[in-house]
Amino acid sequence: MMLILAAMLLWAFGWWLNLRLAEGPYAHTRAIQVTVPLIFGLTILIVWELLVRGLQVPLVILPPPTMIAGRFASSTDILWADFVQTFVKGALSGYIIGCCAAFVMAIAVDRSHFLRMGLLPVGNFVAALPIVGTAPILVMWFGFDWQSKAAVVVVMVFFPMLVNTVAGLRETTAMQRDLMETYAASYWQSFFKLRLPAAMPFIFNGLKISTTLALIGAIVAEFFGSPTLGMGFRISTSVGQLALDMVWAEIVVAALAGTLFYGAVAMIEKAVTFWHPSQRG
Amino acid sequence: MKSILAVLTVVFAIIAIWYAASVPMNIRGVLVEAERAGEVVDPPKAADRRQIDELELILDNPFAIDDTWEQERPRLPAPHQVAEELWDTTVEKKITSKRSLVYHAWVTLSATLLGFAIGTGLGILLAVGIVHSRVMDMSVMPWAIVSQTIPIIALAPMIIVVLYSVGVQGIIPKAVISAYLSFFPVVVGMVKGLRSPDAMQLDLLRTYSASKAQGFWKLRLPASMPYLFASLKIGIAASLVGAIVGELPTGAVAGLGARLLAGSYYGQTVQIWSALFAAAILAACLVGLLGLIERVVLKRMGMA
Repeated sequence: MMLILAAMLLWAFGWWLNLRLAEGPYAHTRAIQVTVPLIFGLTILIVWELLVRGLQVPLVILPPPTMIAGRFASSTDILWADFVQTFVKGALSGYIIGCCAAFVMAIAVDRSHFLRMGLLPVGNFVAALPIVGTAPILVMWFGFDWQSKAAVVVVMVFFPMLVNTVAGLRETTAMQRDLMETYAASYWQSFFKLRLPAAMPFIFNGLKISTTLALIGAIVAEFFGSPTLGMGFRISTSVGQLALDMVWAEIVVAALAGTLFYGAVAMIEKAVTFWHPSQRG
Repeated sequence: MKSILAVLTVVFAIIAIWYAASVPMNIRGVLVEAERAGEVVDPPKAADRRQIDELELILDNPFAIDDTWEQERPRLPAPHQVAEELWDTTVEKKITSKRSLVYHAWVTLSATLLGFAIGTGLGILLAVGIVHSRVMDMSVMPWAIVSQTIPIIALAPMIIVVLYSVGVQGIIPKAVISAYLSFFPVVVGMVKGLRSPDAMQLDLLRTYSASKAQGFWKLRLPASMPYLFASLKIGIAASLVGAIVGELPTGAVAGLGARLLAGSYYGQTVQIWSALFAAAILAACLVGLLGLIERVVLKRMGMA
């Protein structure tokens, strides 16, 4: 009972603190803008801990955060092996192959107006479909190991990337293209000097969407069969053993991997498209 | 008109590539069957055939090409096989039958729609809160954005099992997954939409001495509609994926996800492909329907 009361008090205190900070005179400073969500997140974690202990929620329903952290710390070697298997081998290799393939395809499509007209609606259509469903087929073709996961990721990231790149390559105005023509620039000259840089914001948009898709594809594909390691495998087997602290630890890994992956691509974007209005503000 | 032609050309090209690809994909299996049926296969031994690549096998055994499109359990079923299976399991079977894809699609669809309704409802509410409260904006919004980069679908198996152990089963666990998957895109999109009126428009309302509520109903909400529909389309696709993935860990009783899993257990490739297409058609219908509603709504509002 005490713990529940403490949780409620803490919640009220955290909210009050954030209220003061958000309405306060320094609300626009960077430090406060980082602190407020951190306080919010921390409050949730502590309230979670107190409530789980206070209400004596069974561990097979919801383990407290400290236990998840403990499990995370004590099984870093397993988590690391799973991370390498799913993220580095499955998601990352598939991401690179898929994005490169889509990029090359986009350049090929871009040269023909007819193809572009036909392929864009189809690509947009396919990008909205539940492509993870191809996982059982690809697992059947490429076996249980990471190759099949990479294949799922390739299929998943291909169309969003293709659609974005094709749209980006259209992003020049007639005036700009005419200027290149008056310079007697060849196709490739105007491609590298004008159209590719202009397409970069779109390309990075596709790359950023694809980071999350890649992780989703690699993890879900493991639900259809995998060797005895990998994040998706660990999640589904640990759920079966009711070892929920392991599941949560694995989810923490997935969250970290997803955020860092996205952050890395966003950083590269910042360096490449420094000229774009969205990056200057 | 020309664009329809272009789309049709691309679709035909895809189908043609598909037919062509099923020949090398299935040739080995066909040759094994032909050998068992006593036909003359070149080379006659399976061990020898393993050394040769598919293209050569096709050239040596041209009689087998037709059969690669008619196998019982092909590695890659030909388009017409999938179409036949789809027709068989939707039109020919009774809707209540366990073998009817309509039945399975409905199981998945009902969970998707329930979850989608809950997720978007809560998402819009939270977005309204975020726009009107600085604290909520500063505390919650960064997490909502971060959640977009996280494969939160990985929570699905746990939610199913945990809810099952508390005694909740059936449609609700899947709907929960669908709900939280559609929740975050709607929050992020809706916040953007509710903030889309520019300073000039907000000032105008202030000169009319409009209240906050009036400003919300007359300016912010209408202005957010295009953003809302864009995120609804993302949300419904995510919801469907969530419902399908939610069907995997329970041992697959009913639903499109169950069909996929059962198909992969028993090597029923045609069944997998037809379930996959059913899911794709379902997704296309849902997104298309939302697009239609969007067009009508925006047109009546004079925005499109």
